[in-house]
Amino acid sequence: MEKKDFHVIAETGIHARPATLLVQTASKFSSDITLTYNDKSVNLKSIMGVMSLGVGQNADVTISADGADEADAIAAIDETMKKEGLAE
Amino acid sequence: MSKVLKGIAASDGIATAEAYMLVEPDLSFDKKTIENPDEEIQRLHSAIDASKKELETIKEKAKENLGEEEAEVFEAHLTILSDPEMIGQIETKINDEKINAESALKDVTDTFISMFEAMTDNAYMQERAGDIRDVTKRVLSHLLGVTLPSPALIDKEVIIVAHDLTPSDTAQLDRRYVKGFVTDIGGRTSHSAIMSRTLEIPAVVGSESATEAIHEGDQVIIDGIHGEAIVKPSADEVREYEQKAKDFAAQKAEWEQLKNEKSVTADGKEVILAANIGTPQDVEGANDNGAEAVGLFRSEFLYMDASELPSEDDQFEAYKEALEGMNGKQVVVRTMDIGGDKKLPYLPLPDEQNPFLGYRAIRLCLDQQEIFRTQLRALLRASKYGKLAIMFPMIATVQEFKNAKEIFEEEKAALVAKGVEVADDIQVGMMMEIPAAAMIADKLAKYADFFSIGTNDLIQYSMAADRGNERVSYLYQPTNPSILRLVKNIIDASHKEGKWTGMCGEMAGDQTAVPLLLGLGLDEYSMSATSILKTRSFIKKLSTEKMKELVNKALDCETEAEVQALVKEYTK
Repeated sequence: MEKKDFHVIAETGIHARPATLLVQTASKFSSDITLTYNDKSVNLKSIMGVMSLGVGQNADVTISADGADEADAIAAIDETMKKEGLAE
Repeated sequence: MSKVLKGIAASDGIATAEAYMLVEPDLSFDKKTIENPDEEIQRLHSAIDASKKELETIKEKAKENLGEEEAEVFEAHLTILSDPEMIGQIETKINDEKINAESALKDVTDTFISMFEAMTDNAYMQERAGDIRDVTKRVLSHLLGVTLPSPALIDKEVIIVAHDLTPSDTAQLDRRYVKGFVTDIGGRTSHSAIMSRTLEIPAVVGSESATEAIHEGDQVIIDGIHGEAIVKPSADEVREYEQKAKDFAAQKAEWEQLKNEKSVTADGKEVILAANIGTPQDVEGANDNGAEAVGLFRSEFLYMDASELPSEDDQFEAYKEALEGMNGKQVVVRTMDIGGDKKLPYLPLPDEQNPFLGYRAIRLCLDQQEIFRTQLRALLRASKYGKLAIMFPMIATVQEFKNAKEIFEEEKAALVAKGVEVADDIQVGMMMEIPAAAMIADKLAKYADFFSIGTNDLIQYSMAADRGNERVSYLYQPTNPSILRLVKNIIDASHKEGKWTGMCGEMAGDQTAVPLLLGLGLDEYSMSATSILKTRSFIKKLSTEKMKELVNKALDCETEAEVQALVKEYTK
């Protein structure tokens, strides 16, 4: 299993368009990918799951991937997060 | 037998085609127990796949007609349809409870909808509830084997029949196929009516019964000049309207001759006829219709169509495009008029009891200055690409105008200090839409370079009557002597200081109001682009001296009806 922590810097948090992009990125991989925030975990391939967490600015979240392409998945998500100015 | 539906004439022109019912079909179903869950899950997936295919088409159409951003909402719909959690939950329900796909789908999506709707502090999430609802409807329609109409899927000439048209509906209209439309509700200033004029599609709104009286495929004639829809016309009626359509086309061709002419009255007084626009793309229509300026560029689209506050660069590009498109003709940009009833998902504002009297426009801008300053910087940077004028909406007091102007000057000085090229002839004026401001127009005229009268709001605030409330709509009286006196006060005050006054509400293109406004000495008339040539032709026949006489009598009338009778007499 691969894990990575992120600190959300986007003003709107992971609500708007970026949520869709993250989900689309995660969906490209076969690994199980979860987003954990405030001790709650959701499937990062589920737009409704992600949005239901209500991740705001300055939140600390963890993304973990488990499966054959787990390392690539985390790398791709990391890239999306940074490219969209979502988190660091 | 033909039927004639009477409504409000929203957009000139005559069109005949088959009816396309943009009405939600019956999506009700019974909860059933099923024998074979696998088969049911198969049905669910076929419906989801069909929905995805449909959404792809709609998304492509939207992208083509409107651009990437507008298409994004459909991208969001597609993401929801691919949500493994949601689909998983529906499948589990079908398996465990042995219920039909319709029930399982509805149960699961309802749970998500109520969860998102409960997030009352987050307008964005609440909107997503609407997305889930839309997506559920689409999948349900496929499960039930009925067609969910969508403007984007139209591929032949039609007349659209709807209860009302939402912005997302009109955004998907393809002008090649949509020849006209008729709605149950709405008035001349409702969204659907404004859009019909922008798109130059004949339209009748507020017919009350169109969706009941018309059926899919019925032949319908839309007479947007008189506000009538003729359903299943007789052969004679079809011929009659063919003639009328020809006459209208001939008239339009005659108006067309005036495209490059100035707007001059019979006794030689020149006025400016300008266009109201909502996006830089509307500049084309303004030029095609012979606009001498843009009298109102509503900057809201930049904010409304976005998922976050528009950046300075994005705004700069939009203003630059409009200024360049107008080729040196003046473009008056209204700074953002957000708040109140126009909400932004990404800018949470507390709910208010009286949004029209609340925290909006310049009030919000003077409070949350970063938003305002960003817009001003974008405008200043764009100013060198044409002739820019800026106006502030909802100014009520002299102090508000001074504060707004000071912020403008600060941003200008800062840019100049940085070496940015900024035009030095930018006029800074204000909207006149609050009666209190109209009463001290003489004081405001010392500071503002110009006034622009926003009639819809000025009338609504003067009459204390909500323009969206049908029960008090009789109070929407643009030519009531009370309103005329306010308008006179504003125009006179500006002229005394050597300034000018424009008008950018519906009234500026109204055939009853124009003679009165000429008499009052209004300088600039800003209207829907499609009304310009007609108004230019009308003005040519009027004499300002005679209109002054008319307006002096009108100001002394007791009722709007008396004023209207006078106008008729004077324009015979």
